[in-house]
Amino acid sequence: MEKLKYALFTGCTAKESTPEQMMSTLAVANKLGIELVELTEASCCGASHLQDYDDFLSLVLNARNIAYAEKHGLTMVTICNTCQLNTAMTKHRLDHNAELKAKVNAKLSEVGLEYKGTSQITHFLYAIIDDFGLDKIKEMVVKPLSQFNIAPFYGCHNIRPSELQNETHKGHENPYKPTSLDDLIIACGGVNVDYEEKNKCCGFHAELQAPRTAAILTGNAVAGAMDANADWMVTPCPLCHLKLDTQTHHASIAIGRDVSLPVLHMQQMIGLALGCSADELGLKHHVTKVDFV
Amino acid sequence: MESIKSQQVTFKVFRFNEETDYLPYYNTYVLDVTHEEVVLDILNRIKWDHDGSLSYRRSCRHGICGVCSIKVNGKGILACKSRLFDLVEVFGNEITIEPLSTKRVVKDLIIDKKDFWDKHAAIKPYLVSEIEEHPAQEHLVSPHDAEKLLEADYCIQCGACHYSCPALAINEEFIGPAAFAAAYRFSADVRDEASLERLTVVNEEAQGVWDCVKCMECAEVCPKEVNPIEKITKLHNMVFEAGIAKNNVATRHAVGFAHSIEKHGLLDEGELVRYSEGNIGVLKHVPVALKMFAKGKIVLPWNMPKADKLDEIKKLVKSSSTVKF
Repeated sequence: MEKLKYALFTGCTAKESTPEQMMSTLAVANKLGIELVELTEASCCGASHLQDYDDFLSLVLNARNIAYAEKHGLTMVTICNTCQLNTAMTKHRLDHNAELKAKVNAKLSEVGLEYKGTSQITHFLYAIIDDFGLDKIKEMVVKPLSQFNIAPFYGCHNIRPSELQNETHKGHENPYKPTSLDDLIIACGGVNVDYEEKNKCCGFHAELQAPRTAAILTGNAVAGAMDANADWMVTPCPLCHLKLDTQTHHASIAIGRDVSLPVLHMQQMIGLALGCSADELGLKHHVTKVDFV
Repeated sequence: MESIKSQQVTFKVFRFNEETDYLPYYNTYVLDVTHEEVVLDILNRIKWDHDGSLSYRRSCRHGICGVCSIKVNGKGILACKSRLFDLVEVFGNEITIEPLSTKRVVKDLIIDKKDFWDKHAAIKPYLVSEIEEHPAQEHLVSPHDAEKLLEADYCIQCGACHYSCPALAINEEFIGPAAFAAAYRFSADVRDEASLERLTVVNEEAQGVWDCVKCMECAEVCPKEVNPIEKITKLHNMVFEAGIAKNNVATRHAVGFAHSIEKHGLLDEGELVRYSEGNIGVLKHVPVALKMFAKGKIVLPWNMPKADKLDEIKKLVKSSSTVKF
């Protein structure tokens, strides 16, 4: 197989509040022999909030990020569900509206850039499943996770709206019964746990404006995983990770029950199965202690 | 799948009668289902062949009236539009049929939608316009102006999004995606004169658009592809454009992204929380921030990373900004 190569859009949290996500992404890419060219010029995607204030500005900035992936002639890989949604949504809107694309390109031309629409955009989870293959992951596992019940937490913006996300993902994830993360857990030798909240919202985006709503959603998610006898949770989204890893104190108060589970980024889970060390995967950066490694 | 003419499916059907039952229960039916049957056909067969007391709403049978909306394995659907074979392909041969909201059941699959209609009423779901009673000419809307509605007028008020919205399930004040889509539909109409009134309603804390958790479920579940979250975003934009955005944590949270991107290219997470909450409000985040700091999750201001070619980003933020706060 030809070596896989992508343009990596890290998003902001990888550089700030989830350093372990960046570390584990690079560690896993290294193990799998995937080349990631970091888009160091990329700006924040606006995280689904900038467009509420200024939709056009959000489009221009996201189009600029994609334009840099296009310059490399590579598919853009995201490692955050919300970066994935904002970027894929921008691509979808520009590719289906010539007038809007021309308006955005008029702005980009001021800095010598052009959005063409030539790069695909996919989350690292789907790049691994679609392009690398779970069978190959399975062959490479040196330390299977067979002693663990693992609760997948999908994160809204990878699975909804499905019409948009399935434009790039070949597996056609159904948001009411997603399977990608379950399949990945199984490929890593773990036992996947089924629970009602696995495809639900963690509340992250409303944390400041609607703290009670956000805390209850977080609490419900962790409680659901605990009641299904999960030893830990795994997610492809660093924003879900922040919510589930750092906010369980508020969540416990909000739902009137103590809830807490270690939460791993999907890159960390793969890394463990492939024999990466806890240090390489940044496990010490978790607020809820990862006590089994 | 099409080549299979029929298959056996187990149906678990939600039952509850508020006049005779304390708790809901499920009846199980095992039926052979043919490839052309929709969920409504199954409900009819159960009622006509097995248990005449099963209650559900049905009317047009053509996905227009919106009354037969229910949930199948947690997914909001129109019973008359959803083919069993499609559902079995996703969920397997065990199909659970439930009302849209188990909290609001009157009998079996029939719910009391009072909260849904009250919220619609709150946003004035009709055109408000001073027009002559006997105009000499029709009030024509150009195709260009009609496009601005973004097909929000396709909503059939089935309630699938309303009763799938996680923000609404927790916060009963929240107006919800269906009524927001309606608020947009009438406010975006060139003939309407009550847009400011509606925007004031959707701009309020707790009930308004700011409490949306952005899960995208309303866009996913809508059987008419109304895409309510798109209209919710539009309402946010219209609130800023109309100059009625309040100076509060929700608005500053959206605006703060523009500030941060202009300064660093990236989001300054700590500064966004401080700017959104204000210097006093931010204090409630200190305990979590300290725990995060201890784990190397907080970047101090002097170490804030910046995007390469920041001059480009600054230039674009200046030249592409369309609103002021």
